[in-house]
Amino acid sequence: MYAQMVKSDVGQDDPARLAAFQARIDAGEKIEPKDWMPEGYRKTLIRQIGQHAHSEIVGQLPEGNWITRAPSLERKAILLAKVQDEAGHGRYLYCAAETLGVSRDALTEMLIDGRMKYSSIFNYPTLTWADMGAVGWLVDGAAIMNQVPLQRTSFGPYARAMIRVCKEESFHQRQGFDIMMKMAKGTAAQKKMAQDALNRFWFPSLMMFGPSDKDSVHSAQSMAWKIKMNTNDELRQKFVDQTVPQAAYLGLTVPDDTIAWNAAKGGYDFAEPDWSEFFDVLKGNGPCNSERIAARRKAWEDGAWVRAGMLAHAEKKKARKMAAE
Amino acid sequence: MASPLFEFLLRQGDNTLVLGHRLSEWCGHAPVLEEDIALANTALDLIGQTQLWLALAGEVEGAGRSADDLAYRRDVWDFRCLLLLEQPNGDFGQTLMRQYLFDAFQVENLAALACSSDARVAAVAAKSAMEARYHLDRSRETVIARGDGTAESHGRMQAALDLLWPFAGEMFQSDAVDQALAQAGVAPDPGTLRAAWDREVTETLEAAMLARPSGDFAHRGGKTGARHSEHLGHMLATMQFLPRAYPDAQW
Repeated sequence: MYAQMVKSDVGQDDPARLAAFQARIDAGEKIEPKDWMPEGYRKTLIRQIGQHAHSEIVGQLPEGNWITRAPSLERKAILLAKVQDEAGHGRYLYCAAETLGVSRDALTEMLIDGRMKYSSIFNYPTLTWADMGAVGWLVDGAAIMNQVPLQRTSFGPYARAMIRVCKEESFHQRQGFDIMMKMAKGTAAQKKMAQDALNRFWFPSLMMFGPSDKDSVHSAQSMAWKIKMNTNDELRQKFVDQTVPQAAYLGLTVPDDTIAWNAAKGGYDFAEPDWSEFFDVLKGNGPCNSERIAARRKAWEDGAWVRAGMLAHAEKKKARKMAAE
Repeated sequence: MASPLFEFLLRQGDNTLVLGHRLSEWCGHAPVLEEDIALANTALDLIGQTQLWLALAGEVEGAGRSADDLAYRRDVWDFRCLLLLEQPNGDFGQTLMRQYLFDAFQVENLAALACSSDARVAAVAAKSAMEARYHLDRSRETVIARGDGTAESHGRMQAALDLLWPFAGEMFQSDAVDQALAQAGVAPDPGTLRAAWDREVTETLEAAMLARPSGDFAHRGGKTGARHSEHLGHMLATMQFLPRAYPDAQW
């Protein structure tokens, strides 16, 4: 889940229009950019899609950290292609956000100056090659839990972006699991790396879904608008139920002694992550927050002349063409 | 001494390996999202080409070394890449100027290699040639757009050209390996590719409003392995870390 704790906005719209809008959503219709929409719906979506897009772009960094150290030519190509896909996902999502009237540049500036967030998970470091497996297996796995239902979200451009993203994400998750399998069945050192990666990424992955929102007003509004499809707890439970048997298959131990099958609820009981850590990370105090933002700022600022050069050349070309005509 | 064909294949594979690695360093850090994606695309093509060239090198050598063994278990003195390609990325202008100078050479090189008397070489070259032409279209366009952009982008592209120009000449230097392969019809003598490269580069620099540096001095030592730059060792230390640190592991 790449959008966390997105606040919904409720505007001062005409009640009759609001009711008609809600009826369209309830009937399963898609809302398209040119359709009338409540200001709150627009603002909430910009926040959510923007946060999602930023997560894809910042999410390039922890995996990008290992592209130059990938252990074989094939692994290097697979990882590079994967991180490139994330840039592509960011691009689809920025395009979807642009249909709501906010430019990619404006969103980027809001990311860099801290007005917009990205998923907490990308503020954790990737320390060994096994982390490339854990990120694919756990982080992409958790993201898919959220993104699959979002393929049915009410806003057309977002739903269509999610369809493309989901196709690639499930491929990424399999790649991640494949790395984990190689590591878990490999030498003693590799197995140790794999367990260490699971230890470090387990709870941060559970945090990706956000704290329980069963009583949240924002979530209720977003769910009525169908821009949030499930509660955070539902998705977290689904993720745990899927992942615990996979860890057992790998011969790895989930770092939670309390995990036990609960036949009554048909799912695993498990320990909550340390939510104070989650809020620290959101506030900017995660292990890598400042590095991640510094990297994005550097790319943006160092690239200013490249973007300006491109625009100036396009203008000159146009002027020359007009002069020749 | 290793066979000339093996040496030649290392030169091809090390060029694509080292340049592909350099481009992959940009992933997540490029000035525009579209450029990030395009640089990764080029890097992916080059890594794919590396797998083909180095696998063939291992086959020709006949000592049981795979493409990965050659990429990850040789030290600096055994690398045969051009000095140009191991130069650090610098700013985006330097990266794209390096790419352009090489692409303009590589398109000619691969077109000639596609007619090689060695069918295996011809097959790898034919596949790579299509990719190289696309790389050249992109890097040429970038050099022109930034050269003819703002005063700052123009200044940066000129500085990149001036910095990298002394490394361009090595692409056309010919030695005993090249001569043996040229005689056997396996590969062109690189000197014969210079005229076409000069035409391409002159035209592009003109369109980009960039001044061609006057000197013809050329650094040497990369393709022969006689004297690489200091940069290559650092690249290999990063690239080869895992296979070196865990020699028994499968990944």
